[in-house]
Amino acid sequence: MTLPRSVRAGLLLGAVALALLPFSGDRFWTQFAAKVMIGCIYAISLDLLVGYAGLVSLGHSAFFGLSAYLLAGLANGLGVVSPLVSLPLCLGFAALAALLIGWLSLRATGVYFVMVTLALGQMLYYLFSESPRLGGSDGVSIAQRPRLTVLGRTIVDLGDAGAAYAAIWVALVLSFLLLLRIVRAPFGRVLTAIRINEGRMRTLGYATGRYKLSAFVLGGALAGLAGYLDATLYGFVNPAQFGWRQSGLVLVTVLLGGKGTLYGPALGALLLSVLEHFAERATEHWSAVVGAAVIAVVLFLPRGVASLLEGRGG
Amino acid sequence: MAEALLETEGLTRRFGALAAVDGVTLRFERGAVHAIIGPNGAGKSTFLNLLSGELRATSGHVRFRGEDVTRAAPDVLSRKGIGRSYQTANIFPELTCAECVWLASHSRQAGSSFRGRGGGAETTARGEEALRACGLAGRRLSRAGELSYGEQRQLEVAMVLATDPELLLVDEPLAGLGHDEARMVLALLRKVAEERTLVLVEHDMDAVFAIAHTVTVLVNGRVLESGPPAAIRESPRVREAYLGEEEP
Repeated sequence: MTLPRSVRAGLLLGAVALALLPFSGDRFWTQFAAKVMIGCIYAISLDLLVGYAGLVSLGHSAFFGLSAYLLAGLANGLGVVSPLVSLPLCLGFAALAALLIGWLSLRATGVYFVMVTLALGQMLYYLFSESPRLGGSDGVSIAQRPRLTVLGRTIVDLGDAGAAYAAIWVALVLSFLLLLRIVRAPFGRVLTAIRINEGRMRTLGYATGRYKLSAFVLGGALAGLAGYLDATLYGFVNPAQFGWRQSGLVLVTVLLGGKGTLYGPALGALLLSVLEHFAERATEHWSAVVGAAVIAVVLFLPRGVASLLEGRGG
Repeated sequence: MAEALLETEGLTRRFGALAAVDGVTLRFERGAVHAIIGPNGAGKSTFLNLLSGELRATSGHVRFRGEDVTRAAPDVLSRKGIGRSYQTANIFPELTCAECVWLASHSRQAGSSFRGRGGGAETTARGEEALRACGLAGRRLSRAGELSYGEQRQLEVAMVLATDPELLLVDEPLAGLGHDEARMVLALLRKVAEERTLVLVEHDMDAVFAIAHTVTVLVNGRVLESGPPAAIRESPRVREAYLGEEEP
């Protein structure tokens, strides 16, 4: 996959603009951009599954939520504040959960796969919202945000909005480059071919299940990164992060932006957030406005907003 | 007697009450072209699907190089050296010919999928060689979905060749082809057969008798007769059951 020149330029410009935004001093829009960037990581992590592997998962929020909750548990229960400890643990936990959920759900295909991922995600939602020990429906506040200390001196305190913003920016850039490299590598090409014709890939000698599971684990780990950053930014986790509504929303983000492009879903996350923000101010029925916009895009730009950038709409 | 590369023993596949393949015991000699003929619904494609692992046998055994592979999955069989081409071109319409053969060739490079952009030079070379052998060198950057029907069949064979199989299962390679295209594919199969073992399912009797060393006639999932083409052509049972329909 080669990115069109206009897209490359747009991405570079976007990255620079996002890097400079905090210097404007506008706290609202900086916070807004931080949220959008987390949404971007979340969306591109699902794009690997939906756009490349052809795995439409409605349980992707499970990995976001598990990672966020583990961060809360580590900070509140064990007093772990170092991101050098909590970040690998949270990502590893999300990856492990993805391995288990993927192993189970990839036994099914098509709509049955969708149903199994949905069911597993909902099980987690009810587990967390109905267990008082896990915070119940109120969620959990994180007492101490991740903080890197060396010899008693704090180097990075992610409780600080500016530092958190910088960390999110770095995480987004690295995630995007990592995924871009992966989808361009033989692995990504094999994954795409499995989406097109899995039966043929098997008779050509590919253990297709392993490829799909690898993608599922990788996508899960990156969703876990998004969850980790979200919990760090807001200092709060709640069971709604597990719900199918969240999984559905991130899937809509991917489709709205244009699946199988990486930059499309990132753009989708931006557009959806902006749309939501202004619709919210204009009417209390803002979700209807967002819904109508999504329907319009699906009908008139079936390959998502990204297709406009490539001049290949429809 | 030449060495058997592939053997089946009492191979059976039932769909409910129907035995599509019923107790088939055959041996496929290394280096030979073994054709399987029979009327529609005789179980030929089901038999190929059992050999390639796409269908599980209800009972019986398949042995490849002496090893029991009855329960092996299609990808395992492919890596062991059993290649399969399909009756209708089973390709990747969105990808270019070069990408299709690259994928096939890359399947032999285990565990390297995460590294680099295009895999090894050897992978690419094997794919390109297969394209050339199948007369598609000039179409390497065309999308597979845009090829003519005949070219798609050639690509189908190129993909299997790029996996470098020892045994090729070829399902009706000439079906739906015009005279010239059929002649080209037949010449290709002849060339392929110089180095590899072929199991060929085909309706075109002239082609079968021109290329096969052994012919097996399947009727209702069972072996009616098996032997050299001349003997099959002369067999009264075969003429009655099958060939007679085509030669009134």
